[in-house]
Amino acid sequence: MTTFQPPVIDWAALTPVLVIVGAGVLGVLVAAFAPAARRRSIQVVVALLAPLAALGAVAWRWSEVVGGGESTFVAGQLAEDGFGLAAQMILLVIALVGFAVLASRLPGGEDAFTPQGASAPGSAYEEAARKAGLEQTEVYPLALFSLAGMLVFTMANDLLVLFVALEVLSLPLYVLTALARRRRVLSQEAALKYFLLGAFSSAIFLFGVALLFGYSASLTYADIGTAATASVGMDGMAVVGLLMVLTGLLFKVGAVPFHAWVPDVYQGAPTPVTGFMAAATKTAAFAAIARLLYVAAPGFAWDVEPALWVVAIASMLVGTVLAIVQTDIKRTLAYSSVAHAGFALVAIVSLPEGGPDALLFYLLAYSFATVGAFAVVTLVRERDDAGNVTGEATHLSQWAGLGRRSPVLAAAMALFLLSFAGIPLTAGFLGKFTAFVAAADGGAWPLVAVAVLASIAAAFFYVRVIVLMFFTRPEESDEPQRQRAQAVAPGALTRVALVVCAAGTLVLGVWPTPVLDLLAQAARFVV
Amino acid sequence: MNPYVPILIMMGVAAVMAIAGLATSAIIGPKTYNRAKLEAYECGIMPTPHALGKGRFNIKYYLVAMTFIVFDIEVVFLYPWAVAFSDLAVFGLVAMLGFIALITVPYIYEWRRGALDWD
Repeated sequence: MTTFQPPVIDWAALTPVLVIVGAGVLGVLVAAFAPAARRRSIQVVVALLAPLAALGAVAWRWSEVVGGGESTFVAGQLAEDGFGLAAQMILLVIALVGFAVLASRLPGGEDAFTPQGASAPGSAYEEAARKAGLEQTEVYPLALFSLAGMLVFTMANDLLVLFVALEVLSLPLYVLTALARRRRVLSQEAALKYFLLGAFSSAIFLFGVALLFGYSASLTYADIGTAATASVGMDGMAVVGLLMVLTGLLFKVGAVPFHAWVPDVYQGAPTPVTGFMAAATKTAAFAAIARLLYVAAPGFAWDVEPALWVVAIASMLVGTVLAIVQTDIKRTLAYSSVAHAGFALVAIVSLPEGGPDALLFYLLAYSFATVGAFAVVTLVRERDDAGNVTGEATHLSQWAGLGRRSPVLAAAMALFLLSFAGIPLTAGFLGKFTAFVAAADGGAWPLVAVAVLASIAAAFFYVRVIVLMFFTRPEESDEPQRQRAQAVAPGALTRVALVVCAAGTLVLGVWPTPVLDLLAQAARFVV
Repeated sequence: MNPYVPILIMMGVAAVMAIAGLATSAIIGPKTYNRAKLEAYECGIMPTPHALGKGRFNIKYYLVAMTFIVFDIEVVFLYPWAVAFSDLAVFGLVAMLGFIALITVPYIYEWRRGALDWD
């Protein structure tokens, strides 16, 4: 019998994750011990300081690691390399702006979350909780735990670690989805759908893990990659297993045909959660896909590539076409994010030849625009007869003429939409440009052609919203008279988040060289 | 011998045990029919078709279930640790203490927020 050898754990490499997990645990203790009146402010401070501290930790690791210090640890199950650190940096920036929007309140003092998640929608309990001014401060630790899972996702070098991280990032998101203050039933329906489909995709993922284990007798990427080059036979099993694992990951990014949950969940979830989830989950899952394909699967590139082509083309076309016919702004943005999953896949397809820096830049550009656009949606509200601010005005016809009533907010929204559309001088343009160039260098010309055509078609509905905001009089819309949307004044945190997102979108569009250089340095996987 | 043969034999024995138990009681067991037999199995309490109050189950049931899971998971990991205690040595001790400390946090949360008071 062999004696037990404790695994070598590189604690320094884990600092960013440990900071976030620690902050999440601290948040639970704050929810347990802090007096109700101060709970929220303490939670917000913890939730905003933690990503900042973790960013510092990532910067420190960056200086230690990039340029030769890459390593794997815990028996090769986790990897610390430039790619993982760059993805973590993007995730933490998203978390900072995303949590700022999450923590914002309307001028009347209500936040985006139900006062008491346990009470039935429309019940007397709920009304009593609302009158008592209760707040569900557990959202902050939940968001932090989800973020911790995403951080591990980017460095997972082992299928089992990847699975645990997948669940750690998903489970809090299911709960957060169910906690919208308004349209409670829609929100709970969205959470249930997300949970059931997510559980289903996790099961497929696990089945794929089992097949890959049967193939290579190991769960670490490096061993699977070695088995692939050693040609142990049973290639069919490995390819099926790999495709099933990819199915689980592509579900998380919402690529067609695994996108069915996206519009319902994005619409039903509290809008700040939607913004964070759309940007961060996608970034983490694409980072995981890239590492999986690059480290474990280069031996199967020929087998997997056609499937990725099909998924990328289907995502771009279905996302674009269905976004055009939506009448709800949140659903429009949801289908647009499906299309963007396709565009990011174009960057993935080029992976072995084109660097992963194009993918990372694309995700950063997309994330700024996404968090910003959903932050604007949280501010565009209906009013009741007494003039009190009520729910979000998400029907597109309600946005008519918004540019006349609140020009600054509408201009910010227009900027984010132009970035989605990929208009020059925005981050989205350079993101698409670098991704498409990388794919073309890799020889994926037909894919790039489809992507360019889809981008042009997609520009139509982004521009339509801009025209609606700036050049349509409210009375001109032929929809049945809905209430006009009024923008409320953003709170300080939302204001900061909007400024950061807008500045990021502009700066990355006009002067991207520093960030591109930084990412090019990082574009290395440790095997 | 093929190493899978014992597994096959075990599957066969398991199938025989299950089927034989059902068959024996169907053949030689006394047959009485009453209302209680047709009801859902509820450990001896009266089954209720719906939860009280418009089909929503009381939140306390979920709290009990989740508290159970906290301790259940804890025990699931404590047993293998106890078996391999001397092999794992200090590493195992530190890892388990960390695990127990972390799993105590939700329990503290439950206690402080009044989830352990039944009424």
